[in-house]
Amino acid sequence: MNFELSPQQQLMKKMFTEFAENEVKPVAAYIDEHEVFPVETVEKMVKCKMLGIPFSLDYKGAGADYISYILAVEALSKVCGTTGVILSAHTSLCAAPIHDFGTDFQKEKYLVPLCSGEKLGAFGLTEPNAGTDASQQQTTARLDGDNYIINGSKIFITNAGYADIYVIFAMTDKTVGTRGISAFILDSTMEGFSIGKKEAKLGIKASSTCELIFDNVVVPKENLLGQVGRGFKIAMNTLDGGRIGIAAQALGIAQGAIDETVAYTKARKQFGKPISAFQNTQFQLADMQTKVEAARLLVYQAAWLKQNKKPYTTQAAMAKLFASETAMEVTTKAIQLFGGYGYTRDYPVERMFRDAKITEIYEGTSEVQRMVISGSMLR
Amino acid sequence: MKIIVLVKQVPDTTEIQVDKKTGTLIRDGVKSIINPDDLAGLEEALCLKDKYGAHVSVLTMGPPQASSMLKECLARGCDEAILLTDMKFAGSDTWATSNALAAAIKKLDYDLIIAGRQAIDGDTAQVGPQTAERLNLPQITYVQEIVEVENDVLTVVKNWEDYLETLQVELPCLITTLATMNKPRYMNCADIWTAIEKDVKVIKFVDTDLKDSDVGLKSSPTNVKRTFTKDVSNANEILNIDAQSAAKRILADLVSKQLIVLGDNHENN
Repeated sequence: MNFELSPQQQLMKKMFTEFAENEVKPVAAYIDEHEVFPVETVEKMVKCKMLGIPFSLDYKGAGADYISYILAVEALSKVCGTTGVILSAHTSLCAAPIHDFGTDFQKEKYLVPLCSGEKLGAFGLTEPNAGTDASQQQTTARLDGDNYIINGSKIFITNAGYADIYVIFAMTDKTVGTRGISAFILDSTMEGFSIGKKEAKLGIKASSTCELIFDNVVVPKENLLGQVGRGFKIAMNTLDGGRIGIAAQALGIAQGAIDETVAYTKARKQFGKPISAFQNTQFQLADMQTKVEAARLLVYQAAWLKQNKKPYTTQAAMAKLFASETAMEVTTKAIQLFGGYGYTRDYPVERMFRDAKITEIYEGTSEVQRMVISGSMLR
Repeated sequence: MKIIVLVKQVPDTTEIQVDKKTGTLIRDGVKSIINPDDLAGLEEALCLKDKYGAHVSVLTMGPPQASSMLKECLARGCDEAILLTDMKFAGSDTWATSNALAAAIKKLDYDLIIAGRQAIDGDTAQVGPQTAERLNLPQITYVQEIVEVENDVLTVVKNWEDYLETLQVELPCLITTLATMNKPRYMNCADIWTAIEKDVKVIKFVDTDLKDSDVGLKSSPTNVKRTFTKDVSNANEILNIDAQSAAKRILADLVSKQLIVLGDNHENN
């Protein structure tokens, strides 16, 4: 057994940390307050080749490993949950399924610009009436000669509006349930494809979350991802990986809140001494860090399993469940230790608390994770 | 074009403190960084590589652990890393260090050598110029901007603090660079991944034409007599007077301390 990061992973982590401190942290509060998608930050990430970390150099990726990608999401999320999820949605939900299920043609046309960062990616599964019950897809894809004609809509789509490439799901055959769902690669420039309502959210406010509208979108047959009727499987498989990304985001947010709290409690004086000198503070911090460390082990373990091509569905669910609930708990405690100041926007823990909540919801709620975990136990 | 960048691993002096009893730096727990002026030099070399195509090598003299810094240089996109290391070099001052660096460089191919102006742990600004002298190369120090390279002529802007001077020099040459001249790029994911695997080329004393009398503590003419932290005293004088009298008073003080000199056309009103 080896719990050490490799020399490459350590250097990756160092770079991600420097990048996050210098480029992401200074704008985190501003982009949250003004709900602006951090286009410039993404451009800087492209220069550091961060948009295709786990993919081969052949696809213009970084040729690094999955754990390094997870370290990137963690480091970014430590200072800004929004920036973390932009990378996670792009890599795990768009580039990954094209890498895993795409044809050579699709990889050349879509995966390469995604990995190089020339284009940004997104994923569209959720619909107004198909949330946790993703099988109830109402978006349809009808074969018409050499094209599919797609009609319907998606909601809560991360990176929508800023992404160029979308992996989306639609019913090709309504009579066979989930076996009638197929996956497609859409280009934002396709006629009939438009962006609908932008959501106003509690947290990750600078992340763009919008509706996708498909009005007779003509999609060439060659953009079918995987086989006809295999879409649901592709979606579930993709979300297994995505969950490790979101778990890393939650882990980052939680560690970020602890780091802020440690600094604050050492500086803040009450009753003539820093509040870090009080045992309540010390015990709270100890509990917070212990939970985060446990979450980190689960997240890295899930990433390691995926990296080494071992089954990871259950571990990914556990990692996401535990890391996201830990993030919620830790950010709540962080605000409590900050007291009144923690409730204000003068300190980042208020933002981290709001950002933490979504990690218990998207890419499978905590309840879904419990279903996945118990399902594997009670088979 | 072949470029050699001289780099030094230094303690991050924004975090460092001096042991008041011994007068030495407390290095424990202080992270090491690439000297900022050197990092700017590396960035310039990489920009030249982007613009004209170049082979960029980094060269450092230091203990074996300096190779971690060299890997970071590789992870930023440079092509080759060279570590000049030997117990015989221990204790070298700037004189001995430039002897060693020049001896190593003599074994290498180059068109341009870039060194940082000075290292933040010593602030001598001597190693770059001395190395150029040993190699009998033209040198331009305090370079703020590299304008272009054309027909083996390098055009740079030198910063004289109160004015700028554009200079041209024929290659091969040595320049020293200022940390303020650019914002160094980050390491990038692809190069990090391969940097660790790349070998750092090691040059030992025996690989050079150096003699024992050229390097090391004994061959270093510099003797550090004492290192100490300056005590800053704030001798304040508070005067409750009107603005015009205050201005006159300050002017008189500055003149008497010879901090400023009044010009001929100054009217004393």
